[in-house]
Amino acid sequence: MPFKRYVEIGRIALVNYGKDYGKLVVIVDVIYQNRALVDAPDMVRGQMNFKRLTLTDIKIDIKRVPNKKTLIAAMEAADVKSKWENSSWGRKLIVQKKRASLNDFDRFKVMLAKIKKAGVVRQELAKLKKETA
Amino acid sequence: MAPQQRKPHVCRNPDLIRGVGKYSRSKMYHKRGLWAIKAKNGGAFPKHEKQAVAAAPSEKPPKFYPADDVKKPLVNKRKARPTKLRASITPGTVLIILAGRFKGKRVVFLKQLTSGLLLVTGPFKINGVPLRRVNQSYVIATSTKVDISGVNVEKFDDKYFGKKVEKKKKKGEGEFFEAEKEEKNTLPQDKKDDQKSVDAALIQSIEAVPDLKSYLGARFSLKAGMKPHELVF
Repeated sequence: MPFKRYVEIGRIALVNYGKDYGKLVVIVDVIYQNRALVDAPDMVRGQMNFKRLTLTDIKIDIKRVPNKKTLIAAMEAADVKSKWENSSWGRKLIVQKKRASLNDFDRFKVMLAKIKKAGVVRQELAKLKKETA
Repeated sequence: MAPQQRKPHVCRNPDLIRGVGKYSRSKMYHKRGLWAIKAKNGGAFPKHEKQAVAAAPSEKPPKFYPADDVKKPLVNKRKARPTKLRASITPGTVLIILAGRFKGKRVVFLKQLTSGLLLVTGPFKINGVPLRRVNQSYVIATSTKVDISGVNVEKFDDKYFGKKVEKKKKKGEGEFFEAEKEEKNTLPQDKKDDQKSVDAALIQSIEAVPDLKSYLGARFSLKAGMKPHELVF
């Protein structure tokens, strides 16, 4: 299968290891075979090994090593944030974070909601079964 | 008015290094003004007469010296204080009891007693936990809080929960067994009334929050996939 996501200038990547774990960063330059210069609106531009990055589908239109202002403007123009939050990967991460932050009481409420939903589904199923029987 | 505040006096002879002052002996003599004090007193430093020491009552030599030297115990200036309460535990917090008869029960914290134990109640109607003392170490504090403002817990202290001292009864065999049975079963009516009065206000504020009543009625347990060190309580 051919590669679909390439390391290129403007590629958005997710940091999967280290201090900036979980952040979305933009690849603004390639240093050499193993390292890239990455930048994000809320961090100081710095180098990272490619092994710490997971490429995403999102790409923005920038020149090599833009300054922070241009970078932020390009990210706004491409609407990276909403694209990420609407993608299935992004949504999964948001759900994971929400689940991890649930209080004991919240978990109880979730359990009640699940039981309720299952009850409603089962009722509908029983109805349908009766009709076809 | 408060006692007059004197500005703390700065040292006259600051240290250059530890053990070496900035000024020499003669300079210090001059700084302290000893020459002025002497001058005022006519050339010599003013002296006080020694106060006559009242003769100490003559102690008789002790009758008995212990054969071996008795060691004096070391000085202990520690004061007994109630256990430091975790910052996450405030009045009204829902706690999860981890050990004992009520393990897993979610319970409302009322106050810390002077012994350091936590005063806690179910409320009794909701989960069967009465007014009870619980050790802080056997408790998980959740971040759920119940409004506890309508509850008066002033009268409860450690003595309230102490064992009742029984009057000594003569040991007649038949009487012995009967007497034991009687005393164990009944809880005095005033304790039941205390429970009711504390719980009345509590239950009202609990019912104000949806699902909180059933939450307190359910026991906590670890299910598959739950990692206690990663759970947020």
